[in-house]
Amino acid sequence: MAEKILRVNMTTLTGAFEDVPSEWAGIGGRALTSAIVAKEVPPTCDALGKHNKLVFAPGLLAGTPAAQSGRLSAGAKSPLTGGIKESNAGGTAAQNLAKLAIKALIIEGAPVDDSKFYGIQIAKDSVKIVEATELVGKRNYEVIKTLSAQIAPKVGVLTIGPVGEMRMAAANISVKDPDGNIRSHGRGGLGAVMGSKKVKYVTIDDTNGTGTPIADPEKFKGAARAFAKAILEHPVSGEGLPTYGTNVLVNVLNEAGGLPTKNFRTGQFEGHDKISGETMREIIVKRGGKPKHGCHAGCIIQCSQHYVDEKGEYITSGFEYETIWGFGANCCIDDLDTIARADRIMDDIGIDSIEGAVIIGVAMEAGIVEFGDGPGTLKLLEEIGNGSPLGRILGNGAASVGKAYGITRVPVVKGQGIPAYDPRTVKGIGVTYATSTQGADHTAGYAVATNILKVGGFIDPLKNEGQVELSRNLQIATAAIDSTGLCLFVAFPALDIPETLAAIIDMLNAKYNLTLTGDDVIALGKSVLKTEHAFNNAAGFTKQDDRLPEFFSEDPCAPHNLTWTMSDEEIDEFWNF
Amino acid sequence: MQITVKLFATFREGRFSVEGREYPEGTRIAVILSELNIPEQQIGMIMVNARHAEPDQELHDGDTLAIFPLVGGG
Repeated sequence: MAEKILRVNMTTLTGAFEDVPSEWAGIGGRALTSAIVAKEVPPTCDALGKHNKLVFAPGLLAGTPAAQSGRLSAGAKSPLTGGIKESNAGGTAAQNLAKLAIKALIIEGAPVDDSKFYGIQIAKDSVKIVEATELVGKRNYEVIKTLSAQIAPKVGVLTIGPVGEMRMAAANISVKDPDGNIRSHGRGGLGAVMGSKKVKYVTIDDTNGTGTPIADPEKFKGAARAFAKAILEHPVSGEGLPTYGTNVLVNVLNEAGGLPTKNFRTGQFEGHDKISGETMREIIVKRGGKPKHGCHAGCIIQCSQHYVDEKGEYITSGFEYETIWGFGANCCIDDLDTIARADRIMDDIGIDSIEGAVIIGVAMEAGIVEFGDGPGTLKLLEEIGNGSPLGRILGNGAASVGKAYGITRVPVVKGQGIPAYDPRTVKGIGVTYATSTQGADHTAGYAVATNILKVGGFIDPLKNEGQVELSRNLQIATAAIDSTGLCLFVAFPALDIPETLAAIIDMLNAKYNLTLTGDDVIALGKSVLKTEHAFNNAAGFTKQDDRLPEFFSEDPCAPHNLTWTMSDEEIDEFWNF
Repeated sequence: MQITVKLFATFREGRFSVEGREYPEGTRIAVILSELNIPEQQIGMIMVNARHAEPDQELHDGDTLAIFPLVGGG
């Protein structure tokens, strides 16, 4: 099977398979979504208008036996930031698309009659656009269950909940995971873009799909084996993540004084141990849940889990540090069960759980509910799902809440909520928040690794020196990894074990019969960042948008009592490459 | 002198989570690691009073010492 681009036009309600243009032949994942958005979407367009396009692209290694290769990139102009967006997620869809040899799915236009929602049903060499009457208004768990029953138990599903249907700027896109649960293209409001196209869901039935062949299977097998070995050998990916999940970081960041608490007032939370990864593991094991679980077939890190209630009933999975920090320390709720319920509601109504946490923190700042009010928080999340006037103010993001209530302590960059690491105490991640093309996004250049975790060396988190270069190098590497379709956590072994990157390059070369070197990979990362930066500049961003909110420079963060002191000139050096 | 020793993740297994412990003035971190039977190669981070530290650092009365294996997330 030759790879194809599947283009669905929601104005004419038609879809067609196209040949892959040569300029897109050698790229995948984020490199491809950003290249398509940059080429086909006018940067100044309305993100919720018909000129925006929503693009899904599996990575270059999707559909191969390579470990960790099941991440799907989604891209568009973001209604939250107003800039380009790439958000990637696990689940089965990337591998489903790769089996059908679909290199990218582009959804463009919008129906003239906007009273109906549609489903896009993809199968081998075919696409149907059907009315989605009975699923309109339904939440994501039900949508996934219904479609899996209707089409096939293993069908891949991308869906939006009511928040996406209502086109709120914090809406996410849910991806069915191997157990029929939910992973998310969380950040940047891509669910609202899908809602604006009137697409309720996409199903991908990969029956009889064979994918594209591996050019040199023997070489691929050897490289894939070396890659898996490096992942399992590294203590972070081989032991820490499967045992405690990402939530092991609550105690780490608390100890380092970088755990943003009470809407970014201080860096330590009194109730940290109650919401920590260590405690979470104890609870899950005691209640008979699953402490480890993979978000896609072929995941050997298994950082996800099934968090269950006291009766052993499933509440949520993919229960991440950032969500637990956000409702825990940030909103002062020291109860994991309440936070798990919040996570469940957010997945179900379809809102980004990081933005959701920052939203509620600002809502608490505004006095809508008190800090620490768990039941009040769950009610506010339900308001978002039900689309009440208050719910819509909240569902449009933390910046929207800040404006509506006249609040200045609003932790956002380019309109996107700042996650779980205080930039005053973890200065490298502050540079990433400021400069990322994505708005505040820790994954864009995870300086926490080198600032706090001592992975890939050590650069003192409390000092400005070296942070811009660190963030730049990590953002370049991340843009490249996001283009392979590999889970970003392969960066932990890659930063410490040189064979890891060599194995990734060998796998790419063996799959596509290429002769890439490490320099090519770095060049790819740079080119992705520059493409995205150019789009943002054309959309109206300037270097003044690469700044943190004022309160970080004014209010010291305990226990280190530091402010954000990076000068504009230092930050602007970031783009000097 | 009194030192608050905190252990995290797998280092808690068969040991403890947090304890106030007595040590002679000027004790170095390495002495405590060896007392707790924590091999240095398993250590990811050591923090003293919320700042990263190395095993040869001397402790002072009232210090909080936190010891983590190599962990990560994000």
